[in-house]
Amino acid sequence: MRYFKNLVKPYIAWTAVMIVIPIFMMLLYSITNSGNSLVNIQFTFENFKRFTEPVYLSVFIKSIKLGLITVVICLVLGYALAYIISQFKESTQGVLILLVTIPMWINMLLRTYAWISLLSDNGIINAFLDKLGIGPIKMMYTDFAVMIGQICDFLPFMIIPIHTSLSKMDKSYVEAAYDLGANPVQTFFKVVFKLSIPGVLNGIIMVFLLSISTFVIPKLLGGGQYVLIGNLIESQFVSVGDWNFGSALSIVLAGIILFAIKWMKKIDTGEN
Amino acid sequence: MLVRRIASLSKGLYVLLCFAFFYTPIFVTMIFSFNSSKSLTKFTGFSLRWYTQLIENSEIMSAVWVSVSVAALATAISTVLGTITAIGLSKSRKIIKEWLTNINNIPIMNPEIVTAIGLMLLFSAMKFEKGYLTMLLAHISFCTPYVITSVYPKVRGLDVNIANAAMDLGATPFQALTKVIVPMIKPGITAGMLLAFTMSFDDFVISYFVSGNGVMNISMIVYNMTKRTNPTINALSTIVIVVIFVAVLVVNVIPKLKNKKGRKINEKNI
Repeated sequence: MRYFKNLVKPYIAWTAVMIVIPIFMMLLYSITNSGNSLVNIQFTFENFKRFTEPVYLSVFIKSIKLGLITVVICLVLGYALAYIISQFKESTQGVLILLVTIPMWINMLLRTYAWISLLSDNGIINAFLDKLGIGPIKMMYTDFAVMIGQICDFLPFMIIPIHTSLSKMDKSYVEAAYDLGANPVQTFFKVVFKLSIPGVLNGIIMVFLLSISTFVIPKLLGGGQYVLIGNLIESQFVSVGDWNFGSALSIVLAGIILFAIKWMKKIDTGEN
Repeated sequence: MLVRRIASLSKGLYVLLCFAFFYTPIFVTMIFSFNSSKSLTKFTGFSLRWYTQLIENSEIMSAVWVSVSVAALATAISTVLGTITAIGLSKSRKIIKEWLTNINNIPIMNPEIVTAIGLMLLFSAMKFEKGYLTMLLAHISFCTPYVITSVYPKVRGLDVNIANAAMDLGATPFQALTKVIVPMIKPGITAGMLLAFTMSFDDFVISYFVSGNGVMNISMIVYNMTKRTNPTINALSTIVIVVIFVAVLVVNVIPKLKNKKGRKINEKNI
């Protein structure tokens, strides 16, 4: 078997170049201010300090807030759907879960784009409301539109891990709880929900990661003025050209995600 | 009895509403791709004019070609690279195993935009001209970790003596690899391959940052075209949706391949 040990070498070289070096380059950019040249390099913490300016800090706070709201809504809607699905018979469950996954395979950009024609001022929803005599409601370019887009795109990422946890659960625990005199509400919170926590945590991390770092949904549904962390980073590289500040922002974003993952892991191990 | 009926009815209604939420935008897109006017709200009559415009639009057609060819090449390369790495990894020392799996997890855990920027900085430092090649390299880079995470558990499940047995019986190491090991881990390889293809085909963020000089994939062209209403995108969407829908259904005829995306999610975490 030792013959195959060398098979790992090409990928070690590949990861060194394509994964490790980019991270170090990003770190290097974030602590320098020499523009894009490496000749007269100067170290500084200016880029991270700039991040604490109210303008930028408020973008981060807004992104995190929106991310958390998306997570909570997805958790409530997704848990309910996963729970209902897990009560169907197995073959029906397979079909329903397949139906949940199909939209995930379709390009996210195309699905987000589709919401524009529904939500715009002269869009389908407003045309429908008009028939009911309700005046046009401005939905595009608001928090509401961004939330709808995020929830629609990310909800499956919550449903599937929760459903996986629920379907793996031993049903005899539920029967045992009833036999021991628990009512349905107690059974749900003290038995079913507790056993599904690993799936819930996975779902929370996925949805949070996706929603905090997206820049497409806010751009398409929130408009050019709508700035979240992702948009801020994008603009540093695409329009402003401040790669140093952009790298610092990326590192802060990666740090937030890492922190969230570690935290969720801690809850997970604490529960067991 | 009545309470129970109401409960099951409201459950059914809830499931229906959720699916309506997922599928309404998709169906609306499809319906309006056949609209005879430019309106995205009033259906004025059936026509195929957006489809003709789509085919005549060379920019979109080249984007379709870029998406398909990059996805095919990236899938092929990352499947081979990921599979041999997974096999090698199972035979490596513990320290290499730990380090490499940790590094391999970085692109899976990191937000796409962070991965994208890292690669963009790398390519610009190496003075690579942004375009097709940088896009392909980036796609291989973010697809391979998913192949490894699909294949590695299968390799670990193999009997350690199996390749030795093959070689004792006269097989060369290469034959042992291709005739014995690979066939036994095929389900993992297929799963990784499918995952790699969809990841690559769907990608927007990474392609957006590492590509340039007019080389665009489908996602990038949609992003550029959404600035004004353009039913050609609806026509393109409809084709993509139908192709993916059929592909997913075909794949799911083989029941083993169910829950692929679910697996991806579970892998993405912890």
